[in-house]
Amino acid sequence: MNGNARPYLNPYVGGALLGVLLFLTFFITGGGLGASAGLNRVQVAVLDFLAPAHVDRVGYMAEMGGGSRNPLNNSTVFMLLGTVLGGALSGWSNGRLKLEIRKGPHIGNGTRLILAFIGGFIMVYGARLARGCTSGQALTGGAVLSAGSWAFMFAVFGGAYGLAWFLRRVWN
Amino acid sequence: MAPFDNLLHPGSLVYFLVFLLIGMGFGAILEMSGFGDSRKLAAQFYFKDMTVLKVMFTGIVVASVLIFLSSSLGLLNYDRIWVNPTYLWPEIVGGLIMGVGFIVGGFCPGTSVVAAATLKLDGIIFVLGGLFGVWAFGESVGSFEGFFYSSSYGRLTLFDWLGISPGVVILLVTLMALAMFYLAEIAEAYFGEPKQAISWRPRNTLKMSAAALLVTACGLMLVLGQPSPEDKWARLQSNWSKNLTDREVYVHPGEVLELKKNASIAVRILDVRSEADYNLFHIAGAQRFDPAEIVNSATVNRLVSAPGNTVFFLISNGEEASTLAWKGLKASGVLNLYIIGGGINKWLEVFPPEPCLLAKAEDKSSGHGQFPYDFRYAVGDQSRAAHPDSIRPQPWLKCPEITQTDPATAATWLPTSRWFAPPMYEKKVKLQRKVAVKGGCG
Repeated sequence: MNGNARPYLNPYVGGALLGVLLFLTFFITGGGLGASAGLNRVQVAVLDFLAPAHVDRVGYMAEMGGGSRNPLNNSTVFMLLGTVLGGALSGWSNGRLKLEIRKGPHIGNGTRLILAFIGGFIMVYGARLARGCTSGQALTGGAVLSAGSWAFMFAVFGGAYGLAWFLRRVWN
Repeated sequence: MAPFDNLLHPGSLVYFLVFLLIGMGFGAILEMSGFGDSRKLAAQFYFKDMTVLKVMFTGIVVASVLIFLSSSLGLLNYDRIWVNPTYLWPEIVGGLIMGVGFIVGGFCPGTSVVAAATLKLDGIIFVLGGLFGVWAFGESVGSFEGFFYSSSYGRLTLFDWLGISPGVVILLVTLMALAMFYLAEIAEAYFGEPKQAISWRPRNTLKMSAAALLVTACGLMLVLGQPSPEDKWARLQSNWSKNLTDREVYVHPGEVLELKKNASIAVRILDVRSEADYNLFHIAGAQRFDPAEIVNSATVNRLVSAPGNTVFFLISNGEEASTLAWKGLKASGVLNLYIIGGGINKWLEVFPPEPCLLAKAEDKSSGHGQFPYDFRYAVGDQSRAAHPDSIRPQPWLKCPEITQTDPATAATWLPTSRWFAPPMYEKKVKLQRKVAVKGGCG
């Protein structure tokens, strides 16, 4: 099936398009791009459905979904929805919409999925601690020259490069 | 002048569509760049495929150049756009944790969403893990709130931190990115599979011209510079000069007092008089600013990053100095900014100080902009006029003609005795929201 997939965009062209999109986002809305806040609100919405009283009690969550607040009525959620749609449309039109697991050759599917779960857990936990993910902090904050976002960016690359050697069997 | 966030009302269809379309563009670009593939992302950290670095830094540089160039040209007001506030240590520690998550899980949050959207099972599981991670964060953040809010520097930018102009910073960032791209190409040729011959001299004319274009844009930005508060005022005054002529921003002292008692509003009084006048008398809690210094970027940053429920009041002897400062701060993007109408003179008229503090009766004949009250000594805020809302008598005042043992005169200390006439005024302060749209991760 991979034979049908079209090649990826030249990274510099992709980056330039991303830069223009980020600029337009700032120009129109005054804010930037992001993903983890949307995920946060989805999580709060699910919990608000299951255990509304608990959401009201935890300050960090109550801010989004406490009382009669709807955690989903927020720009970040619409952006997240758009990201899913845009990604799916692009994957579909380029022949990459396909149920599969991407992994290094030396690990099994089970290991890959367990690591994906653990990685996702760690990643988004860190993203909330840093008040933003790679898109919301590094890209968005980097472009408007926020000092903290630049420190953050080097920390992400530092953390990943620092551990990469130990996990080389997972990916290579 | 952009941004046009005032047109985006939460809950409206336009609001929904704008963010949906932005998200769609974001998702499509990430997918087309290959960010739905965890192996391609992880290869970044083994120097085999430097796509992550190339896309990210091209994006940052292009967006940065466009944002600051449009600010130079007066199309975009940089003060009004969201700049991620700096919480240095939480950001560094969070970044390190994310780096670990990146190499373990193979995605970052945005890319995992795209991977999930293209049915990559590892992406779907990563998103699921992420939802549990964010839940765990919400549950645990209460136990380390001190750290979560530590090392807060507000809206700290690289150019403020380094003390150089934004143009120079962007030029440096651009040059750094170009150098990294050059090294990335060499790394890919060396570590990639199959190995390629390393070309030490960049030959691709298209890439070279794009790089030259970016550097030229930085040069243009350096020549144009960023607008000063005066430039911004000149561009924006049509929006606000009506507020001044209609006296919409001149607030009666009574309203200031009323707001000080409102627990949901933080009142900050910015005194732009001379230090001598300030020492002589100032309103309790007022902070003094040199009128020439008040529009410098450090002060403006502190005012801009104040909590959203803060209302600022400028005060001078008359209204001249405070109006000037108002223009500068307003043009620099300070919200909820008002002037105390009539200045300190009006304040002392509404809330008269203890007669014993004055050397002679008030001299109303002295002109505007002058301090007509002749205090016997520098009382600072040690007068009932400085905090008319206080309910306690102030024993530190030694007034010979008033002894606190005398019940008749002691009563004059208490506001319940209405030593000031209950002021009648028109309410003018309307709390304005901050930039509604934060970064997507805000």
